[in-house]
Amino acid sequence: MAGDRTTTQSGVLGWIDQRMPVVDFWNKHLAQYYAPKNFNIWYYFGSLALLLLVNQIVTGIWLAMYYKPSAAEAFASVELTIMRDVEWGWLLRYMHSTGASFFFIMVYLHMFRALLYGSYQKPRELVWVLGVLIFLAMMAEAFLGYVLPWGQMSFWGAQVIVSLFGAIPIIGEGLVQWIQGDYLPSDPTINRFFALHVVALPISLLGLVVLHLGALHEVGSNNPDGIDIKKKKDAAGVPLDGIAFHPYYTVKDLVGVGVFGMLFAFVIFFEPTFGDLFLEYDNFAPADPMVTPAHIKPVWYFTPYYAMLRAIPDKLMGVVVMGAAVMILFLIPWLDRSPVRSIRYRGPITKIALTLFTIAFVTLGYLGLQAGSELQKLVAQICTAIYFLFFFLMPVYTKIDSVKPVPDRVTMHD
Amino acid sequence: MAAESVNHGRRRFLTASTVVVGGVGGIFVAVPFLSAWKPNAKAVAAGAPVTADISRLAVGQQMTVAWRGRPIFIVRRSPEMLAALPSEDSRLRDPQSSVEDQQPSFAQNGYRSLRPELLVLVGSCTHLGCSPKLHTEVKPEPWDSKWKGGYYCPCHNSRFDLAGRVYEGSPAPTNLVVPPYRFESDTKVIIGESEGAA
Amino acid sequence: MIKRVLPWLFVLFAMPALAAGDGPVLLQSGANISDQASLQRGAQLYVNYCGSCHSLEYMRYSRLAKDLGLTEEQVMRDLNFTGGKFGETMKAAMPAGLGTEAIGSEDWFGKAPPDLSLIARARQNGPNYIYTYLLSFYPDPTRPIGWNNTVFPNASMPHVLWERQGIQNLRKVDEHTESGGHATGPAFDLLKPGTRSVDEYRQDARDITAFLQYVGEPAALDREKYGIWVILYLLLFTCVAYLLKHEYWKDVH
Repeated sequence: MAGDRTTTQSGVLGWIDQRMPVVDFWNKHLAQYYAPKNFNIWYYFGSLALLLLVNQIVTGIWLAMYYKPSAAEAFASVELTIMRDVEWGWLLRYMHSTGASFFFIMVYLHMFRALLYGSYQKPRELVWVLGVLIFLAMMAEAFLGYVLPWGQMSFWGAQVIVSLFGAIPIIGEGLVQWIQGDYLPSDPTINRFFALHVVALPISLLGLVVLHLGALHEVGSNNPDGIDIKKKKDAAGVPLDGIAFHPYYTVKDLVGVGVFGMLFAFVIFFEPTFGDLFLEYDNFAPADPMVTPAHIKPVWYFTPYYAMLRAIPDKLMGVVVMGAAVMILFLIPWLDRSPVRSIRYRGPITKIALTLFTIAFVTLGYLGLQAGSELQKLVAQICTAIYFLFFFLMPVYTKIDSVKPVPDRVTMHD
Repeated sequence: MAAESVNHGRRRFLTASTVVVGGVGGIFVAVPFLSAWKPNAKAVAAGAPVTADISRLAVGQQMTVAWRGRPIFIVRRSPEMLAALPSEDSRLRDPQSSVEDQQPSFAQNGYRSLRPELLVLVGSCTHLGCSPKLHTEVKPEPWDSKWKGGYYCPCHNSRFDLAGRVYEGSPAPTNLVVPPYRFESDTKVIIGESEGAA
Repeated sequence: MIKRVLPWLFVLFAMPALAAGDGPVLLQSGANISDQASLQRGAQLYVNYCGSCHSLEYMRYSRLAKDLGLTEEQVMRDLNFTGGKFGETMKAAMPAGLGTEAIGSEDWFGKAPPDLSLIARARQNGPNYIYTYLLSFYPDPTRPIGWNNTVFPNASMPHVLWERQGIQNLRKVDEHTESGGHATGPAFDLLKPGTRSVDEYRQDARDITAFLQYVGEPAALDREKYGIWVILYLLLFTCVAYLLKHEYWKDVH
């Protein structure tokens, strides 16, 4: 019977523990979750991403107290009410806008870590898949959020991205109107995007994050050497190369939070727009369907994919390629045929492939920010090809590449 | 594995320091979130003092202006009305206006006003907020056979005299509120601002 | 690993600077929003010369008073010609016209003068844009209002400050003598001097620019000050947290 569970705790904690296994939960996921002791800098980004999710939710709730989701009032509710009338409103707004960009920085670096150390390989394929789903949800959430202030870029960005759905044969045009709730992005669009941005997607994101961590904890964390620490345990069943997440990684992550916080604070208080990157100039003008901005471009974290879209001459194919670029991420666990996880023990082909992939991705990101010339289009096409070849050829080069002997125990760089 | 001696004292100290420093930061982070709930500049602007022009207000008449979303009654009382006020003291719950929250200090007098002839009240019954109605005529009324003029609240029968003082037996516990106000001139009253204070 | 990442971090942080600026050559405004006297002068000039047509619908008189160190009386007497209340926002003195009941700016100029609350943030190098714009009017008989502007060609706005600057002609540039590579911007010749000297007028333009920069983001007056304290606090926190981390990790090998 539920109340009969024995507990080692007394008082209120014991009362709860008798009815819900909180102590077991604490042990399983923190005090006795044995993570590899050789985590390096690449292992900060997951916890920082989680911190940013909390930041987005908390600042988002506060912004939602003043934001008005209507075409008539949205812009003023941000630029007059929140930025000027509400005490500290400007800080809440900058924490939210800067947080969105930093969230993507953390997640891109977090994903890159997985590529470096093969964290998506068996048995962690599900952790990776859930992660890519989080990435997709983040992209939707960010897009919806950017429309809400109803500036010029909000409107025209919505116009461009929603019209991509129009490329789908037969149902395209109807689909665009269905998404918008109107013949153009307008009041109904803002209102429904608001509901999705504030309720639907945050709930989904939280659920996915819980599943992502759950799946991870079930199999245990990977590490920079890519070896399985559970293979060597001591008499008590504790991995020889493992240490308790709490207190070791909780205190280590606190330092990460401090360092991150300084960078975050620098941007918020000194460079909130970060040039044109975090808050675009065009979005300080209210939406005007009659006036098109000189350069319509998405926020920086979408620009790699935007560059691919523009590089392909055909509208439908451009959409397909852009979509495929994201969807192909799901397949990595099955494309990688290397017997070895970590890049430390892989051969030169993989290293070159990953380097080229990274350069191509960053270059595409840069190109997506530019107005676009013929030369830039050509470079974008080349980079798109490199991007896809990284995946298409992966089953081949990961198999034929040389491998170095993988150590038995983790290597620490003290 | 790490079986070396653990300096618990130092660990406790450093943990405590981190918690304290972090806690201080937590309080600082809370400040913007809590402050953001305060009435913002727009609300403050809308709640700014209002000017009432009493040049056309005849004796025995009441005008109403809005301030912070509430009706404000301004009555020009006659000398007879003022003279009758002390005689009602025995029937009132708080004839000396001793409950301080109900009026600024300048209104803690027999007339409950800055100038005897002009009464300024928040037109909101102190029971549950209905707007009481002014009945100046001195004659027996259904709610009081010895009615000397004043306010009657139709919602739950609270009664107030011509200085807004509440009668015993009324559900309303306290006198009608006198708002801060001052005279800009003989014809202009500023509701929402007392003399001296901004 | 860190060595690998560092160059990319530099690229990332240099990105804002790499954003290519196309459009007219802009002069450095030198506007300084922490110069309160400049903001006050700019506010005065704005209200007298710009505010009749251009609203500042996101700036309240009360906020202006607080940030510019002015009393309510000063603001209502010297900076409020629209009759708005102290807590209200700064509307334009002239009605908008065209489609509304009154004849107003859009009737006169063909285009409604835009609100200028966010003009300094809505363009790249907004302050330099505004400053150069104010310096770049010249008479143009082919235009209905008789004026043109090199920064905003065919603008519908006359040179409201002409009495102060005087009238300057646009110097015709011979295509062949244009220096290759760097554009130095248009040159003007002063036809008729105004009430202000060249430097004084530049200061006027600078003051208006600083004022509009402030109006674009009033929070900018303070945010850097807060930022310093926040970063110092975080530095302290990081040090304390690091000591704690090291205490636990020193025995992990």
